[in-house]
Amino acid sequence: MTMQEKILNYIEKNSRIDLHELAIILGEDETAVMNTLEEMEQKHIICGYHTLINWEKAGVEKVTAMIEVRVTPQRGMGFDKVAQHIYNYPEVQSVYLISGGFDFMVTLEGKTLREIANFVSDKLSTLDSVLSTKTNFILKKYKDHGTIMAEQPKDERMKMSL
Amino acid sequence: MRNPLSKTITTIQPSGIRKFFDIVNEMEDAISLGVGEPDFDTPWRIRDEAIYSLEQGRTFYTSNSGLKELKDEICAYLDRKYDLHYNPSSEIMITVGGSEAIDIALRAMLDPGDEVLIPQPSYVSYEPCTILANGTPVIIDLKEENDFRLTAKEVEDAITDKTKILILPFPNNPTGAVLEQKDLEEIAKVVIEHDIFVMTDEIYSELTYLDKHVSIAAIPGMKERTVYINGFSKAFAMTGWRLGYACAPKEIISQMLKIHQFAIMCAPTTSQYAAVEAVRNCDEEVQKMREEYNERRRYLVHRFKKMGLKCFEPFGAFYIFPSIKEFGLTSDEFATKFLQSKKVAVVPGTAFGACGEGFIRISYAYSLENLKVALDRMEEFVEELRAEN
Repeated sequence: MTMQEKILNYIEKNSRIDLHELAIILGEDETAVMNTLEEMEQKHIICGYHTLINWEKAGVEKVTAMIEVRVTPQRGMGFDKVAQHIYNYPEVQSVYLISGGFDFMVTLEGKTLREIANFVSDKLSTLDSVLSTKTNFILKKYKDHGTIMAEQPKDERMKMSL
Repeated sequence: MRNPLSKTITTIQPSGIRKFFDIVNEMEDAISLGVGEPDFDTPWRIRDEAIYSLEQGRTFYTSNSGLKELKDEICAYLDRKYDLHYNPSSEIMITVGGSEAIDIALRAMLDPGDEVLIPQPSYVSYEPCTILANGTPVIIDLKEENDFRLTAKEVEDAITDKTKILILPFPNNPTGAVLEQKDLEEIAKVVIEHDIFVMTDEIYSELTYLDKHVSIAAIPGMKERTVYINGFSKAFAMTGWRLGYACAPKEIISQMLKIHQFAIMCAPTTSQYAAVEAVRNCDEEVQKMREEYNERRRYLVHRFKKMGLKCFEPFGAFYIFPSIKEFGLTSDEFATKFLQSKKVAVVPGTAFGACGEGFIRISYAYSLENLKVALDRMEEFVEELRAEN
């Protein structure tokens, strides 16, 4: 595994680790790790350092919907142009081109149900290239980014064993 | 009333640090670095297979030597991983953990007075199991200056006319030491020359961090005089499933099987079905766990260096074995004092043999966050001790 891959594998799970510790844990030289990180930031291989939040526990109301969108690709631009049109809206969390029965999977986060409904009816459906939409509201989030949202079980081992 | 107990069992000493263990296990707020089992849950696909086998109603005994499917898969796995070639129908048996295999191998091979070479520090069961099998334990004290490796010379020096078995506990609990190809070849030469047998306990074989693990059974001339023991507890994080296995020449396995047949019947059926999935499809899960252990290992080695604690770099298992001789305390005193003043539990080296005096065993089967907190406290403790002296 290259150093780049080792770094990425680690910080994908824990981006808060400091540089010094990261170098020790990976068994690499600290300066080399720093340079590789900087390079990956510049190249946009590392696109950001976000935090995974359980908003429900924080007591903050949020509504998330996954919207299936069918579109007509635009001449000369394929799907990209349409996708750009959609992802430029700040309330859109993610846009994926999907194989199967529809074209885009759009994740949308809003404060209220109405906010999402408005977005779909006013913005999304009115785009020329959009043929149809199907809005799926998320009722409960069990696992996100490889992390189970429920409380982690505690260590049930005996404190001491040989 | 007559004494109900056998003379043999009463000569076996209970572990002297049992009391210390009990204190730790009852202390609610202690942080522990004392656990000798993985912190990972058994990979889900293995647990799922167990559940499925229960749904299918597979709740009967298996054959005494174990499920055929599992024996086939283990033999294929040993071939693929360690270049070991065993016949699944006559040279392997499934046991209740590696520990049962240790016990019945010794019972099948020893006559009264036969000597068993036991390198220490090592896992606690070899000595009592030898005594219970009417053998005579002969301890080889492993040396810190050899990074706790066993040398061919040490084996040669300990051999007498009565020596029957050499136990090889590598990768080692508690030191984390490993033996490499060259070490094993030299030991094998002595073993063959003196016509003795080897019982190799390779339960930590999946957890090595330098080179790929090498088994002594893969060295030419050794398979026919080796009992190879392994299991699922450490590699697949399956301690509670109680599943291990022994591979050996047909003549030995068939006799071990008699003891197993009469004393145990067969290893747990549900665990055996789950284990098929483990050896067949879990290389990636094992690799992930190994990488995480390795990250923690590097972190600990660094922290001990920074603390100025003398410690060789371990390349196997999930333990590190620093020396605490500089403080003028026994291992027991150090561990007790550390627990009382900082609420961190470590295992005194003497739990693994008298020559573990002056060392403590630290397990890194804990998350990095836990290790950090514990190591911070250890650093404080060490500094306080140095200031006192």
